[in-house]
Amino acid sequence: MSNNLLEIKNLKTSFRIKDHYYAAVDDVSLSVNKNETMAIVGESGSGKSALAFSIMRLHNRAKIEGNIYFNGQDIVPLPIAKLNKLRGNDMAMIFQDPLTALNPLMTVGEQIGEALLLHNKELTKQERQDQVIHLLKQVGIPRPEYTCEQYPHQLSGGMRQRVMIAIAISNKPKLLIADEPTTALDVTIQAQILRLINDLKDKMDTGIILITHDLGVVAEMADRVAVMYAGQVVEVANVQTLFKKPLHPYTRSLLNSIPNTDQVNDKLHVIQGIVPSLQNLPREGCRFAARIPWVERTAHESDPKLREVAPDHFVRCTCYQHFYFPEERYKEVFGNGTFRS
Amino acid sequence: MALLEVKDLKVHFPIRGGILNRKIDEIKAVDGVSFSIEQGKTYGLVGESGSGKTTTGRAIIGLNHVTSGNIRFSGVDLTNLKSNRRDIRKEIQMIFQDPYSSLNPKKSVFDIVAEPLRNFERLSKVEERKRVQELLEHVGLSPESIFKYPHQFSGGQRQRIGIARAIALKPKLIIADEPVSALDVSVQAQVLNFLKDIQKDLNLTYLFISHDLGIVKHMCDEIGIMYKGRYVEEGSRDDIFYNPQHIYTKRLIAAIPDIDPFKRQKLQEWRDEVEKEYKKHYDDYFDHEGLAYGLRSISNTHLVALPQKG
Amino acid sequence: MWKFIVRRLLITMPQIILLSVLVFIMAQMMPGDALSGLIDPNIDPAAMEEQREKLGLNDPWYEQYADWITAALQGDLGQSFRFKMPVEELISQRLVNTFWLSLVTLIFTYIIAIPLGIISGRYNDTLRDQLISGYTYIGFATPLFIFALVMLWLFGYTLGWFPTGGSVEPGLDPGSFAYIMSKFNHLLLPAISMALITTVNTVQYLRSEIIDTKQKDFIITARAKGAPESRVYNKHILRNSLLPIAAYFGFEITGLIGGTVFIETIYSYPGMGLLFMESVLQRDYSVVTSVVLLFGIASVLGALLSDIILSLVDPRIRIK
Repeated sequence: MSNNLLEIKNLKTSFRIKDHYYAAVDDVSLSVNKNETMAIVGESGSGKSALAFSIMRLHNRAKIEGNIYFNGQDIVPLPIAKLNKLRGNDMAMIFQDPLTALNPLMTVGEQIGEALLLHNKELTKQERQDQVIHLLKQVGIPRPEYTCEQYPHQLSGGMRQRVMIAIAISNKPKLLIADEPTTALDVTIQAQILRLINDLKDKMDTGIILITHDLGVVAEMADRVAVMYAGQVVEVANVQTLFKKPLHPYTRSLLNSIPNTDQVNDKLHVIQGIVPSLQNLPREGCRFAARIPWVERTAHESDPKLREVAPDHFVRCTCYQHFYFPEERYKEVFGNGTFRS
Repeated sequence: MALLEVKDLKVHFPIRGGILNRKIDEIKAVDGVSFSIEQGKTYGLVGESGSGKTTTGRAIIGLNHVTSGNIRFSGVDLTNLKSNRRDIRKEIQMIFQDPYSSLNPKKSVFDIVAEPLRNFERLSKVEERKRVQELLEHVGLSPESIFKYPHQFSGGQRQRIGIARAIALKPKLIIADEPVSALDVSVQAQVLNFLKDIQKDLNLTYLFISHDLGIVKHMCDEIGIMYKGRYVEEGSRDDIFYNPQHIYTKRLIAAIPDIDPFKRQKLQEWRDEVEKEYKKHYDDYFDHEGLAYGLRSISNTHLVALPQKG
Repeated sequence: MWKFIVRRLLITMPQIILLSVLVFIMAQMMPGDALSGLIDPNIDPAAMEEQREKLGLNDPWYEQYADWITAALQGDLGQSFRFKMPVEELISQRLVNTFWLSLVTLIFTYIIAIPLGIISGRYNDTLRDQLISGYTYIGFATPLFIFALVMLWLFGYTLGWFPTGGSVEPGLDPGSFAYIMSKFNHLLLPAISMALITTVNTVQYLRSEIIDTKQKDFIITARAKGAPESRVYNKHILRNSLLPIAAYFGFEITGLIGGTVFIETIYSYPGMGLLFMESVLQRDYSVVTSVVLLFGIASVLGALLSDIILSLVDPRIRIK
């Protein structure tokens, strides 16, 4: 328990659509340790962002059920006023688009200063200013005194994201949630930002939840990975295991559908069908079943649970034992012809 | 002969300013770009935001004013076309990045796909409908979806509608500007596969504009790397990915995340090395304005922007 | 930013010149001319023609325009045939009254709009919001002159709380305290009547700005920083929502001009609006053209003011 920073138990986050609640995050249990990067991967509609927003309770109108233990304390029942002592202080967040995430009418210095002011009222104005400069230096901004007086629109995308990180780390958080932090950035800038996040993690012993759709980013950053599909975690493993020995059909399909940087294969794997919308999620049985129709129905559990199938390797549903890629089977039967999906 | 030949293309945009809003300077969005694409090949144009790759694509299809240079398509100079020759124009089509905003939400799929046909070909109602249905079938959409509207489709399906529109006039060249950037990984795969399929079926030539090097590597035969409006390097897929010569290309390639978590440490070391080299030899690779030099060939297929050695 | 303001000022000049040409051409198209109102219609037509020639009324239009605009620039707007006094003198008396009426109306407009807009935007789709929105819909639907008449009848005649006409009690010594109070008393009811109707635009505008800003990403950032709701509203949402409202200020002036014409007529308040109505009814053309020109200039300047305010308060325009 000493190493355990965040423990999510059976979390369910539901949104109201026309007088009916639909769970976007459904029965998610996860944990994050100190100085550990937990990556949450999934496509749009998987519930990964909704999960992050639930931890910080940033949803406007959502019903949150279950427990989120932060340092041993359940923060789900906390009133907002108490939660505000944690938000921006012990847990912080950075977002996908740093331009819209920064207030256009406030200078960079004011925005970082606000984060300091909210959690440390004793600081004098001068001390606060010194800390802002120090933070800007820490995130690698070359002329902190100058940038401090600038407005977000005057900075480049990479600089803006550095400012966002400076805001997030201003009170030395124990948990940092990064929601697609590099999706809006160029690849060389992405490499720099990811490096920065990693360095800060080691320096401050922070636990990180990295939300992304980019498996390359996961492979580079994560210690452990949770794969989400349709509001549920379908597989959790450490990063080496997940990439070397993925089990759940969704994880395997996902890995096969990205262009591999090393071998140029002619055809990418295509997952049949589409991600169901929130209102149309199958709420019973294996949620991925409809997208692998060639796997017999009996292969799926009626009420799939996340189970530990190897030490620290969790998979939902038994269908993984029966899964195969149809194009591979096709090759086995008909030899090396082209298979058109 | 190459299908498309771009020679010393320049697209400059004026910067207006001062009290009278006169032209005070110009942005050299594309500044002397030359390349050619062979029939049936896929040419990747790669660069970070602001590199001028999209402007180049738009200039070829005629959406941007060309400041100087030549664009020859099947031997015809497009920049010199007095009356914007329509028979040439219809042979070049474009696929856009965002399938959500590039389709008119008020038009049905039928009208969207039929629009280029109506502009260029005179077909009877029956023929038109038949052609649209064929096209939709070709991109893997059921012919019943013909009277639906774009919002009733998923992102991948919308991009297919965009592709159906682009291939309606049987073009020879398709300019695909970040065609999958807005799509989810699994949908991306679908669209990329599909682009490869129709390339074979219709003998299409692609100019593939992208910032995603993984996808470029998967799709392209030849690749040009742009930086600040100029070429820094051009070569075959293998030249660029396994033998990059320009420091900018090296840095770009090094920055791609590898999906093998075991290579993490090695990749990081390589990046550090490249970064050191980048800082140390920056002046050898860029002129006093921070721009790339002219291209010099170092093999049959491989060109690198290096200063003329004295 | 200074370049922007100077450029904006330069654009304003041709706008005003174009406006003056339009006003002049319209004046020319009206039946009769400066002479027909001045002299006895029974005079010999030949003598009248001679007078016309002498006054330059037979010159081509652009020469007449040049004469007119030169005179106007020197402060000579011609003679009012009804009041038998120079137009500029007539206008300068009335302008002061309209200025005060507009100022008080503006103050009331914002006193009503800002709290209502904030409540309505912050608590959107609650009962409070529905009540306020209900009021704004009534405001949109009610014609100003009917509302003003009802107010006049109720508070002026029936209850007798306010004077029912004029801009000041006769017989008071100009400059005295009683005189100032009387002036204020006279413009209170017209100003409130106008503000209650015109403010609904601003209420709705502020409401939608707040609802819009509430959903911005940087508001989520503010909450993620641990900012309490009060701070999120005061520091982040309000500041960003008031920006367009401030910029809208210039256009309020344009709106006020239309309003004063009705209000002053109904309250027989001697300002520019009343002067305009009277002059139109009496065919006092030299006054009408001058007032129209001034109203037009005020609108152009209002738009200018809006742009300048926006460039001052928005760093995205201030610092490029």
